[in-house]
Amino acid sequence: MPSAAARDSTGMHEYGRFQLTALVGLRMLVGWHFMYEGLAKISNSFWTSAGYLEQSQGWFEKQFLSLATNPGALTVVDYLNQWGLLLVGLALLVGAFARPAALAGVLMLLLYYLAAPPFPGLEYSIPTEGSYLIVNKILVELAALLVIFGFPTSNQVGLDRLIFRKRYAQSVG
Amino acid sequence: MSDENKNDLTEPAPQTAPESEAPASAPAAGIPRRDVLKAMASVPVLGLFFAGWYRKKLAEDAKREAIMAELGISEGAPAVIPDAISRPPSKLIRIGIIGFGGEGENLVRSAGFAHPEWIEAQREAVEDDPRHKGLETFMQQDDLNIEITAVCDVFDVRAERGLTAASNAVGPGARHSGRAATRFRRYTDLLDSSDVDAVMIATPDHWHSQMCIDAVAAGKHIYVEKAMTREEEETHRMYEAVKGSDIVFQLGHQQRQTESHIKAKEVIDAGLLGPLTLVETTTNRNDPWGAWVWEIDERGTPETIDWEEFEGPAPNKYPFTPERFFRWRCWFDYGTGLSGDLFSHEYDSVNQILELGIPKTCVASGGIYYFKDGRDVPDVFQAVMEYPDRDLTLVYSATLANGKWRGRIFMGHDATMEVDNGLRINADGSSTRFKEKIDEGLIDPSSPLFTYQPGFRGVDAITSATAQYFASRGLLYTYRGGKRVNAYNLHIAEWVDVIRNGGNTSCDIEQGFQEAITCHMATRAYQLGRQVEWDPVARRIV
Repeated sequence: MPSAAARDSTGMHEYGRFQLTALVGLRMLVGWHFMYEGLAKISNSFWTSAGYLEQSQGWFEKQFLSLATNPGALTVVDYLNQWGLLLVGLALLVGAFARPAALAGVLMLLLYYLAAPPFPGLEYSIPTEGSYLIVNKILVELAALLVIFGFPTSNQVGLDRLIFRKRYAQSVG
Repeated sequence: MSDENKNDLTEPAPQTAPESEAPASAPAAGIPRRDVLKAMASVPVLGLFFAGWYRKKLAEDAKREAIMAELGISEGAPAVIPDAISRPPSKLIRIGIIGFGGEGENLVRSAGFAHPEWIEAQREAVEDDPRHKGLETFMQQDDLNIEITAVCDVFDVRAERGLTAASNAVGPGARHSGRAATRFRRYTDLLDSSDVDAVMIATPDHWHSQMCIDAVAAGKHIYVEKAMTREEEETHRMYEAVKGSDIVFQLGHQQRQTESHIKAKEVIDAGLLGPLTLVETTTNRNDPWGAWVWEIDERGTPETIDWEEFEGPAPNKYPFTPERFFRWRCWFDYGTGLSGDLFSHEYDSVNQILELGIPKTCVASGGIYYFKDGRDVPDVFQAVMEYPDRDLTLVYSATLANGKWRGRIFMGHDATMEVDNGLRINADGSSTRFKEKIDEGLIDPSSPLFTYQPGFRGVDAITSATAQYFASRGLLYTYRGGKRVNAYNLHIAEWVDVIRNGGNTSCDIEQGFQEAITCHMATRAYQLGRQVEWDPVARRIV
């Protein structure tokens, strides 16, 4: 096993081979998932976020409901979701602007989580495919994106290596 | 993790590099090939992604096309004119409202004039729950270019409320509320007024027929609430009067405008359900309001209510009784209970979709089983109507003491269609027509073959769980071109448009006659305790 991740003088991470492979793998898997979620919504002309928003419960129920019941706002929310998911996914997958993309992804997942938090006492009419108590897959994926943000890899394996080449080149000499 | 990544994490041999990529990505900038390769590492994964997506999409499209081709109906919203009002609205139409109780107020509001108290209540409701869209929908109603010039009610309090609503300056009718409306104590005086072009009648049922006959004589156009009449004989008189005139008549079955009903007719016309043998319609209510135990206004006294005028053509006369005035639907003297109030809606929906007309025979039964409050109309009521020339039975089943949603179901040999504000069709497991597709696994009888969600971008042939859930909830409004609208408003708009420009109303006197006679057959069968029959030659219930 190579040495643990460390930062060099420019603040860049130095990973061992296994660490880099695992982190790039995680980034690409989350990217793939986001991208397909976006693409599936874009290519389904019947998709709308209204159903998800309409069943919102918890702290921000009113805010999410008002989005669901306002046709103008709903159109904007639908667009942001469809294209947001696709673009965040693409950015993570190819490693272009992967850190801002990871943060954007965290924000989206946070909203999904808060719209329908799996808290004790809240029951949802849309059935879920698993059993959740406070922690659900949205939250896990959110944590994965925080890891991706905190342990960047796109400047080594990804288009960011070209985009931010000079900075990287300086850092590695 | 893909192989591509592993390769890129090791030092790639120069000869394995794609020759085309390096120059394109690094045009003579002197970027080492190793950098380019590592940067492009995930591009093959992207290719894999799109290849997978494309295959999946092709398969789904093929399934969808196969289903839609099998169905033979369009996916989009029904072809209705999105806006029934001719633009620019031409002549101002002056309307008198006769009867300003709950439904009268609703009609006037749907025509564009709301009472300030209602607006205030809606504002508060929105604050409590943003799902309340009553005010927003009201404010977005089209301006019908009408004016409420006259209000007639036998109860002073309601008449005053009507005058206030007619002059309210908020809402789509505001442009026309400058002039104060006139109150009339007698509807005959309202009909004589030269300030009135057309009347909306929302009195108890026992007055409908006489008022309509008098309105025809006075040359006023009519929008009358359902049920059209209280009993058979007056139905014939009213039919003759309206039929022989050139006034524009609309019966108040606003669900004629419901998008899902128009779509359901498309489905029936395409023969999708196969031979249709049974239609089941239901009413399930479980609250006092739904059983017509309406609020008694303490201000209603013999001094403020013209009781004699209220009774009018009612067959039996009583001394002033607040219950009879405020809860009139509980007595056969003024209405027909479930038959005229709720079966009339169910029948008219089915008649709109199937064009059934009057049944050959009808049996009915029921009783006063829960609301033993002095009423004489049943609170549990079932009616069965036979259409032998259509090989079909229509069943109506109602209770006012249970709220389980039973829907409105059209049962064919090949498929079952459930119609409310949405529409769902399930193939039948033993269908002949769909047998091949079921065997191939293209059609699954246990999940909807076709779901129509009004206002939500048309039909969904590959239904997701979310979509199914949403459709089954049924929304409170109907839709036009994706815009949420009030069905009453559309129904009134259609009437006003025909007054201005000619054409036909969707619930005209022929439809109204069929509705009234069918309801009266059910009522008569219940009262007589035997099967009744429609004699199409003599045009009488026997």
